[in-house]
Amino acid sequence: MDFLNDIPWLLILSSVAKTLFLIFLVVLPLVSYTVYAERRVSALIQDRLGPNRTGFPTSLLGFKTDLQLYLGGLGQPVADAVKFLLKEEFTPGHVNKVYFWMAPVLAMVPALSTLAVLPFGNYMFGQKMVVADVNVGILYVFAIASVGVYGIVLAGWSSNSKYPFLGGIRSTSQMISYELSLGLSAVPVLMIIGDLNLSEAIRYQVENGWLLLPFTDGKLTLREILLWFPVFISFVVFTISMFAETNRLPFDLPESETELVAGYHTEYSSMKFALFFLGEYAAMIAGSSLIVVLFLGGWHLPFLPINTSETSLTLAGSLLGLIHITVFFAKVVVLLLCFIWVRWTLPRFRFDQLMKLGWLYLFEIALVNIFITAAVIAFVK
Amino acid sequence: MSPILFWIFTALMLAFGISVVLNRDPVASALSLVASFLCLSALFVGLDAFFIGVIQILVYAGAVMVLFLFIIMLLDLKAEKRRHFNRLTLVGGGAVAAGFVFELLHVLNSFSMGKNPFPPLGVARLDDVRQVGITLFTQFNLPFQTVGVLVLVASVGVIVLSRRELK
Repeated sequence: MDFLNDIPWLLILSSVAKTLFLIFLVVLPLVSYTVYAERRVSALIQDRLGPNRTGFPTSLLGFKTDLQLYLGGLGQPVADAVKFLLKEEFTPGHVNKVYFWMAPVLAMVPALSTLAVLPFGNYMFGQKMVVADVNVGILYVFAIASVGVYGIVLAGWSSNSKYPFLGGIRSTSQMISYELSLGLSAVPVLMIIGDLNLSEAIRYQVENGWLLLPFTDGKLTLREILLWFPVFISFVVFTISMFAETNRLPFDLPESETELVAGYHTEYSSMKFALFFLGEYAAMIAGSSLIVVLFLGGWHLPFLPINTSETSLTLAGSLLGLIHITVFFAKVVVLLLCFIWVRWTLPRFRFDQLMKLGWLYLFEIALVNIFITAAVIAFVK
Repeated sequence: MSPILFWIFTALMLAFGISVVLNRDPVASALSLVASFLCLSALFVGLDAFFIGVIQILVYAGAVMVLFLFIIMLLDLKAEKRRHFNRLTLVGGGAVAAGFVFELLHVLNSFSMGKNPFPPLGVARLDDVRQVGITLFTQFNLPFQTVGVLVLVASVGVIVLSRRELK
């Protein structure tokens, strides 16, 4: 058993700890409370109340009344999860069983895997707060996100019925089209930063100001002002493409209720449906995190001191590390609320309008934007 | 790279590669090919070649195979599934594969440098993306640009050809 000594146990253990922390303590709770926020904010926008009174159904156990907890409906996600787990797991007879069972997993796993390269904090306990600090960070995100299409395609196809199939087809063409403008709109940012590593992207923004708000480092040069315009354009294109990639309104044609019942997950029930649902919200969180890392300075907040690998072992440093993580997820939550706000404000696009927007406008704008950025970088020092 | 991981991913890659050929269901074949690509990129990552590993997923698993699957799903799969193995093609294909493996073994045996272990790299981790970019745009600038123009011409050609079909 010689090879056991070669295995870097510390690296493996710290990666596992970071993964468990990120997935089970941050992202999955964030996913369920995003669903809750979605329902409450939509209610707010439509002048309703939404779920605001979840309690324990103690009357089922023989008590006279239900136990009512005054949490303002914050127990709703827990109740939803229990409901999804306890509902009947029904597989329709006409489906292609193997792929039907595989599809929800393939929708959920890539969405969570993209989180591996996102630096969600600076240092804690002497460890960099990113699961995999690889030098191809953003390419990894795009690669894994593009694998996420399989879940939806297989769901649509294996359901062996018309509406899911149409949803799957729509989703594939939509995601393939918008991947292009998503990738191209990130190129100007990468040209300015000069690195694909996402930790480096944040380090650059700590030193030179956030890309979208270049004054956060306290000074504003001519180069920063000129670069702000292409950065703003790529921010807009990137965000719109992210809406399309995550199948959110105004681009939710793969599951548009008025036309396709529920699109690719029409035939799914209980936890298999919930996996699609969670996958969609996890993809939304991953997308928002990417926007925060690329444009909004990641975990950095001006005037807040930055801890290093050594100081993070002290109490003050650990607190600072915790604040950095909180800042990162606070920014993500703000973006998620924007996602929700847009969903309940804008009407749905038509499919030809969606394709036209992607191929004739966003793609070209992103391409020209690269040349503008290159010119500014080349001529303005 | 840990030898255990190497053997696991190699075995998986070969198993999925074989299942591409043996499966009668085109969708299963396509998905096996995707899984095989994923294992291949795991091998690249094991060699610290993150860039090639990620590009393997991004281009083949994420773009090419999605389009393949997309087309396969629009076809009539029942006719494909009903087709059986033809003995002649089985023998022919086996002969070609055996010949290729034999040739490969022969070349590897006569390649004396391949028997020496690779000297350790000077730096722990190369900045491979930057190296690839610098090499492409300095040493191979003209071929690179020519390939770009060729791809553009090919895609314009495809659009022209498919448009004429429509009329």
